[in-house]
Amino acid sequence: MSENSTLAHHFDSYAQQKESASLGMWVFISQEIMFFGGLFLAYTIYRWRFPEAFAYSSNELDIGLGLFNTIVLIGSSLTMALAVRNAALGEKNGTVRNLILTMLLGSVFLVVKGFEYAHKWQHHLIPGPNFQFSGPDPVHAQLFFVLYFSMTGLHALHMIVGLGILAWLTAQAAKGRFTPENHNYVEGVGLYWHFVDIIWIFLFPLLYLFGRHHLT
Amino acid sequence: MTSQHESAPALPEKHYLSGAWSPQDWLLTKDHKRIGILYLVGISIFFALGGLMAVLIRMELATPSGDLMPADVYNRVFTMHGVLMVFFFLIPSIPAVLGNFLLPIMIGAKDLAFPKINLLSWYIYMIGGAMTFYGLLVGGIDTGWTFYTPLSSGYATGPVLTVAVGVFIAGFSSILTGLNFIVTIHRMRAPGLTWFRLPLFVWGHYATSIIQILGTPVVAITILLVGAERLFHIGVFDPKIGGDPILFQHLFWFYSHPAVYIMILPSMGVVSEIIAAFSRKKVFGYKFVAFASIGIAVLGFLVWGHHMFTSGQSLYAGAVFSFITMLVAVPSAIKVFNWTATLYKGAIAWDTPLLYALGFIGLFTIGGLTGVMLGTLGFDLHVHDTYFVVAHFHYVMVGGAILGFLGGLHYWWPKITGKLYNEFWSKISAGIIFIGFNLTFFPQFILGYLGMPRRYHSYPEEFQVLNILSSAGASILGIGFVIPVIYLLASLANKRYAGNNPWGAVGLEWQIPSPPPTENFETPPVVTDEPYTYPQPDEKEAPVGV
Repeated sequence: MSENSTLAHHFDSYAQQKESASLGMWVFISQEIMFFGGLFLAYTIYRWRFPEAFAYSSNELDIGLGLFNTIVLIGSSLTMALAVRNAALGEKNGTVRNLILTMLLGSVFLVVKGFEYAHKWQHHLIPGPNFQFSGPDPVHAQLFFVLYFSMTGLHALHMIVGLGILAWLTAQAAKGRFTPENHNYVEGVGLYWHFVDIIWIFLFPLLYLFGRHHLT
Repeated sequence: MTSQHESAPALPEKHYLSGAWSPQDWLLTKDHKRIGILYLVGISIFFALGGLMAVLIRMELATPSGDLMPADVYNRVFTMHGVLMVFFFLIPSIPAVLGNFLLPIMIGAKDLAFPKINLLSWYIYMIGGAMTFYGLLVGGIDTGWTFYTPLSSGYATGPVLTVAVGVFIAGFSSILTGLNFIVTIHRMRAPGLTWFRLPLFVWGHYATSIIQILGTPVVAITILLVGAERLFHIGVFDPKIGGDPILFQHLFWFYSHPAVYIMILPSMGVVSEIIAAFSRKKVFGYKFVAFASIGIAVLGFLVWGHHMFTSGQSLYAGAVFSFITMLVAVPSAIKVFNWTATLYKGAIAWDTPLLYALGFIGLFTIGGLTGVMLGTLGFDLHVHDTYFVVAHFHYVMVGGAILGFLGGLHYWWPKITGKLYNEFWSKISAGIIFIGFNLTFFPQFILGYLGMPRRYHSYPEEFQVLNILSSAGASILGIGFVIPVIYLLASLANKRYAGNNPWGAVGLEWQIPSPPPTENFETPPVVTDEPYTYPQPDEKEAPVGV
């Protein structure tokens, strides 16, 4: 085995190494789904129990910003997918460029999310003693906002971790560490990034879009 | 096996322990075998701490009045006993020590698929353990190991957040171990090693890993939500805003019931290996035993509601959970019957590992059958939250999981260290543990049936005789746990080497030197046969080629 070989000592072939890395990421994503699953279950139960409070609370969210962020995040998934393809073809510059674009779009998402949180703060929609809600059933509306902040907060945390990993990945790509035989890290991070994207695809309709048509 | 001892085997010149021994060679090792040893040190520390808590509990309960410690301190002691034993000993015990060490060898691989993640999991485990230990030092918590809301989120005093975060962190070590095992079993098997040629130890760990991957994250998010609720004084389980504390119980037991199978399935894998090796036979009904592991893992996810028969869940839900709970008895019984059938007409060798395996079968059967009793709605309402429940799960956890762990440790100790332990003392201590265990916990079945509730530091005087029996048994059990520590450590100084295969067992791990070389196999093995192909007496006599 040569000095520069990227085949780890305990694997027999690049194919085995690649399959292992990919399966490992899928197994990791399975546990992530169960991790978010607890929150989705809580959301389902409480929405079913307090439909009115949840519908009116949902109306407090900014659908425009939510939609904008959804498009931004889908765009970042596109650039991520392109980066994986660049890496598979051994195109170093393309990989770096698309990874940087992915980071930029991810950062835009987080900045917009920050503005949304600030807006909730100004309107006293943070659960707790200062919570004020003009709609019906203000007590249970707090439950919606606890879930809103838990779910989007956990999602944002995954984005922040993802951005950190992307920064490291970009540095590695710039050093030319990835080859057509072994770009498993790019693929793995790509899977992770798409997973975080998909979580948002579920969060957006559940939190922003529901119950609008028969309230206004 | 006396025949093997005669040839006076020599220790191999180079093996995984013979390399460098500086701190970073251990603390930064990526060798699954050394990481297994690191885990062994970790779980031993937490077992000792948890055991110390058990000593305090049994001392307090020797007398009816709460004279040794106030109720508040007693609550902290039994909580810390549960937290340490469940999350920091039982769950990592067999997978992270024996599984880590043996699984790659049993499938003919050089290492686990992700050696760095394996090392990371140990650090995560130790950080979680350190936080919990810190929580213990500053006074401990009194929520019970179950962290039920709203007690844990709003009313309990003490470092609840620290311990909860410690458990949360340790959970990820369990997830990473499971992830590593699943990928390793899928992708790293030696040529010819098909799924139905895998040792049952590997099947047990595969089933365990599935639970670790799908169950642990649910309790992780649940604990996170409890922590957030405690921190911000508002949360999803908070009844003041319409939150439901029962939802916590559902989420908690969705993990914590399957977690019981995280503890017992690897133990069952160990027992399958031992029974085959010491009866010189194929495991009877191999596929049934293998699929029983998967069956237990799957059914285990569908029975959590039997912890909540009295919590106010609907009667219909209770009935369904009760029914599915009965179903778990089927794959469990398949295993017990098949082990018994394997022993039948086997060439039994009464070595220490077999003593533990036989102890496991008996005690697990009692633990399992009382589990069926508890799974029955009507009976559970009578004994809910009594010592009957305590006795039941200790029969499964101590009589099952720990006996399996000790059996496995004794079986593979010569492989891990290259040394043989003292046979006399190992048999004596196996007997002491069996007697001490039964004396400790059998009286608790009676106490619970008579109505003694769990988690109180005082009790009516009519319960004292049985409690003294239990405390006396605990002392014997404690001695039984100390003796192996002494003779196992003493064996390291032993000049007599165990040889590659002191038991004359089959399996890839016995074909390589003891202790194994760092890369496990000099040449990659090719597997051509089913597991447990022990030569049978009648086969030997049969003329070749017929």
